[in-house]
Amino acid sequence: MDAKKKEGGVTKVVLITISVLFIFLMLVMPLISVIVNSLKKGFEFYIESLSTEYVISSLKVTLLATVIAVVVNTFFGLVASWLLTKFTFKGKQVLATLIDVPFSISPVIAGLAFIMTFGRLGWASPLVDKLNEFLGTDIQIVFALPGVCLATIFVTFPFVSREIIPVLNAQGKDEEEAAALMGAKGLTIFRKVTFPHIKWALIYGIILCTARALGEFGAVNALSKTRGQTFTLPLEIDALYLAGSSDSIVGAFAVSSLLVIIAIIVLILRNIFEHSNKKDI
Amino acid sequence: MKKGKNVIPGFGLTFGITIAMLSLLILIPLASVLVYAFKLSPAEFWKTVTTEAVLNSFKTSIICSFIAASINSVFGVILAWVLVRYDFPGKRILDGLIELPFALPTAVAGITLSKMYSTTGEIGRPLAKLGLKISYTHIGLTIALVFIGIPFVVRAIQPVLEKLDSQYEEAAYILGANKRQTFFKVILSELRPALITGFGLAFARGIGEYGSVIYISGNSAKEHTQVVSYLIMQKLNYMDYSGATAIALVMLIISFVLLLVINIVQVRQSRRTNLI
Repeated sequence: MDAKKKEGGVTKVVLITISVLFIFLMLVMPLISVIVNSLKKGFEFYIESLSTEYVISSLKVTLLATVIAVVVNTFFGLVASWLLTKFTFKGKQVLATLIDVPFSISPVIAGLAFIMTFGRLGWASPLVDKLNEFLGTDIQIVFALPGVCLATIFVTFPFVSREIIPVLNAQGKDEEEAAALMGAKGLTIFRKVTFPHIKWALIYGIILCTARALGEFGAVNALSKTRGQTFTLPLEIDALYLAGSSDSIVGAFAVSSLLVIIAIIVLILRNIFEHSNKKDI
Repeated sequence: MKKGKNVIPGFGLTFGITIAMLSLLILIPLASVLVYAFKLSPAEFWKTVTTEAVLNSFKTSIICSFIAASINSVFGVILAWVLVRYDFPGKRILDGLIELPFALPTAVAGITLSKMYSTTGEIGRPLAKLGLKISYTHIGLTIALVFIGIPFVVRAIQPVLEKLDSQYEEAAYILGANKRQTFFKVILSELRPALITGFGLAFARGIGEYGSVIYISGNSAKEHTQVVSYLIMQKLNYMDYSGATAIALVMLIISFVLLLVINIVQVRQSRRTNLI
């Protein structure tokens, strides 16, 4: 018995050591590296790199695209998860799979999709032209802000619904049925019965969606070409890094450090929400 | 079970909104790619996707993603095991860090890994002295894909391992299996569907990955370090739309096949767990 316990103890120590080393080498070192690189030329230079016109413009574009994507996808997530968990209908599984499509598609293809729809060769390009003519406006989609927003919505599309659906599935629909039989209206049922169950999942989905929207690179890269106008933070990081001078590379890491801080906040919030979620159940 | 009329309201409304948003924002734009790709003549399509650069990029993406997903499967099982079965200080932090690749923007991960593993970087410098070059090689590319893929495997296995009934292990133990046998013959076979799902997700993500690999890979046609997404982006920048869509079509087909396989495995898995 004693020998067995010892054997288990050794395995335990070895496995934990492997895990900690792997996580440190693969995940923690890059975080440290970003911070070290961003402060290489001192704190003043760090602040200076963050307050250039380009960075501030890209911050604004990023925030705009993120807010729009989060609002659209939260609305969609609530509606779609209600549909997919409270009703049985033909093709439900197909629908669920289609909603998850953006997860398994390269973001570059997402960018390409909008270029092929609204770009010069796209079938919807004459429609946009006609609309502009009618309204007397000059709205461009591709290589302009609407394209950046659409691409951001695309890549974060399933984030909210994906967090809510498992919770609602686990909860079942008896409570909603009871409420409906007692005469409650749809919105009331949602607010009073469903919402308390999905509160944490919803908040967590929104956080994930926000993080992903802030950091989207591939799709936006295909649709945004004007630095200082339609560039997002990740595109600005790319431009600074590829400029290649030691100043601009430090600048790239300085901007990156902002996104690292956001990523760490997301991880901490996730940890907190997961624990309160477990307590709720 | 009796199938009564559903009393919960809102089917028509939620169905309409879901279909409309899904179509407008996701399906119709994707269909535009397909429509354009099918307009190409088969000869033209074939010529585009069989050029040396394109074939090499597919080879690079698939092989490196496969290796990375395999590495992640090994470490993913270890990490999931450690997080589920053991208690130790700092476990919650470790658990939280797993998700970092989801939360960290790919471009940030890309430039950081590229710098770290370059010949002047924290890890690259000592390795360069040993004659091992990481950044701008396939090794670097694979490391970036390991980074991006690890949470997929861990998060696929963790819940299954948590639910795994200890009866199996006890039975195996009573029947005389030692710990190693119990793990490889009993536990690992129970984890197989989850492991396949995690592997598949990491693999699929790796094939389409762009931001985190393009800096560390070096994107050299000569060295075969261009990934498929990079090639699509390059064609887009040269306004070679037919080239970009042709490659994208092949990639979409690969993604859908992978997605289908993962879905089938998942459906089977949920049936199995429901039976238990």
